[in-house]
Amino acid sequence: MSSFEPRIVAFLCNWCSYAGADLAGTSRIKYPPNVRTIRVMCSGRINPMFIVNALQEGADGVLISGCHPGDCHYSKGNYYARRRYQVMKNILEYIGIHPDRVRMSWVSAGEGQKFADVINEVIEGIKALGPAEEIRRR
Amino acid sequence: MINIKINSVPLEVEEGTTILEAAKKGDTPIPTLCHHPALDSFGACRLCVVEIHYGKRVKIVTSCNYEVWDGLEVFTDTDRVRKSRAMTLELLLARCPDVRMIKDLAREYGVKQGRFSEESDNCILCGLCVRICKERMGVGAADFVGRGVDMKIDTPYSRGSDACLACGACVTVCPTGAIDLEKRFSRNEPVPLKSVFNAGMSTKPVIATPFPQAVPNIPVIDSANCVYLRTGGCRTCETFCEAKAIDYDQKDETVEVDVGTIIAATGFDLYNPEEKPEYGYGKYPEVITGLEFERLVSASGPTGGKILINGKEPRKVVFIQCVGSREEGGKREYCSRVCCMYTAKHAHLVKERLKDAEISIFYTDLRAFGKGYEEFVNRVKDEGTTYRRRELNEPIEVTKKKGKLTVTAKGHPALEADMVILATAVVPREDSLELARKLNISLSPDGFFLEAHPKLKPVETLTGGIFLAGCAQGPKDIPDTVSQASGAASRAISILSKDTIMMEAITAAVNEAKCRGCGLCVEICPFNAIELKEINRLGYTVKVASVNEALCKGCGSCSAACLSQAVQQKGFTDTQILEAIRGIV
Ligand code: FES
Ligand code: FES
Repeated sequence: MSSFEPRIVAFLCNWCSYAGADLAGTSRIKYPPNVRTIRVMCSGRINPMFIVNALQEGADGVLISGCHPGDCHYSKGNYYARRRYQVMKNILEYIGIHPDRVRMSWVSAGEGQKFADVINEVIEGIKALGPAEEIRRR
Repeated sequence: MINIKINSVPLEVEEGTTILEAAKKGDTPIPTLCHHPALDSFGACRLCVVEIHYGKRVKIVTSCNYEVWDGLEVFTDTDRVRKSRAMTLELLLARCPDVRMIKDLAREYGVKQGRFSEESDNCILCGLCVRICKERMGVGAADFVGRGVDMKIDTPYSRGSDACLACGACVTVCPTGAIDLEKRFSRNEPVPLKSVFNAGMSTKPVIATPFPQAVPNIPVIDSANCVYLRTGGCRTCETFCEAKAIDYDQKDETVEVDVGTIIAATGFDLYNPEEKPEYGYGKYPEVITGLEFERLVSASGPTGGKILINGKEPRKVVFIQCVGSREEGGKREYCSRVCCMYTAKHAHLVKERLKDAEISIFYTDLRAFGKGYEEFVNRVKDEGTTYRRRELNEPIEVTKKKGKLTVTAKGHPALEADMVILATAVVPREDSLELARKLNISLSPDGFFLEAHPKLKPVETLTGGIFLAGCAQGPKDIPDTVSQASGAASRAISILSKDTIMMEAITAAVNEAKCRGCGLCVEICPFNAIELKEINRLGYTVKVASVNEALCKGCGSCSAACLSQAVQQKGFTDTQILEAIRGIV
């Protein structure tokens, strides 16, 4: 089990979390390479379909990260994302996926260290859950 | 207009003018005691007497309430006048032998101590206080009581007045300093107005220019404390303003301006050293902050540039640096960057003003990184200032025993001090989070505004058109602030100088064939950029969504909500993102 290296897909909003990840890089903060990021303009762009799709395609966990509440560049996108996330959790359970495989966080553009911390936490969590074989397509 | 002569010099004045006003116009001095330009004439002190001549008749009158008439001749300094004034002064001197102003005037008129028995009262019964309180403030808290020799000015039953506003107007007009507002006149406690600019070390009037060289350099009324705005009385400043510029009806207004770019240069706050009781700030008046010291040495400061603490020049001065800065693992892990240099400057100023002062500076690391900085620090050391190193995590304490301050730090002898100056940390403005939200920009973990890139975009923010300058972005000294501000200004200009700006092509677009016209996207769009419009589909009129590209900011919320994938954000379409997912996992 300890050799299991999960694959994480992270959907990051352009203005906060993606910039935070960038800052983690420019500040030479280290975090494990298990995470692959997809930049979207706002966390409000993230369609629940993307998440299911990522898990089907081979990801073991998904992270959605946007600006802190009240800080969204488009003012409301992260609220939409949060609502979708709540509903999403129930659906995941219903279709047989452990809801903890999908995590949501708020990381601002200044929080390089927090980004690394969140990634570490997510990886720990997914390691405990094991590979997401439930709905894998291939 | 009326023609008169004052001391044989012809003068033209308006009808209704008093001799005193006319003399003022002609630059002829007449001494007064009970006259005040904002009050009606009273004619009580009789110091302002002058001689008037008409035809063959000569008469002594009080100039403050005698109106001029055509052909009047006035003499202000004849023997008779001088004698009359001398008599008045002799009586006053007997009543108030200790009042400086009366003593000076008496000397001028050759009056020596003498014929009348002395009392000791500072009140000359000019009534200015009574009149300003009644006529101007509309209160009448005090009045003349008693008759003849027993006459005095007092509040009802000598109990102090409840009606008194404690505005202090009486204290201001009293020529002899006889009024004790707090103890005798008022039952309401006077609240001194602290000058914010002088770091609370001096008081200010209700109407004042906020600070020297303010822009615009115009006095403002402190509306919370102005007696007129509080009770409708006073309006005294109006009578003094010759330009008639005082407008009590002005209100605070919110001004809306349309702008193309914004530069956030809102500066910083200072750390409150009371949070660290070991420094004794707020407890001992001899412990002050660097900013307070700055006002103390300023020529326009509360002491006119004299370094005084409790009214005395200090001999032993101790500076402590890094107060609130560089807290490992704390909220302020950063270095405030300006304290090393301004402390060196302060030490230099102390040495300059107080030649034999003993100066010590507790520092942790001397960060004299700028051009000419190291040289300056060396100069300060050569002047005799002792630099003492201490570790940040080692305790340092200021204590007071028998009126003497002692500074104790590990590894150093206990230092006596007459004055301790703390170099307090530069901290983000209290409302920086609020402003950041308004401007849609981010904060770094230390609470200052975040730049778009620490190396490559130090004046930009992540939001287009908004730039940063100065300590709002992080602690920095004046040369750095000026450089950053110049950079921000030219970045702003480069946007403003163009007729058009380029936008990223990431707006949403509708595939009308797929759209069901449900309107979900219309509801969800934060910018009201989507509307339903009617189109003709195979002969039927149907509603479909349509995006106003000028309003769309490209967040993609609509694409995530669309049930039929009809509205898609360019560059971030469902297909593109799904492909990206397939590609990376
Ligand atoms: S832009 Fe970051 S959540 Fe909307
Ligand atoms: S000033 Fe004229 S009588 Fe006092």
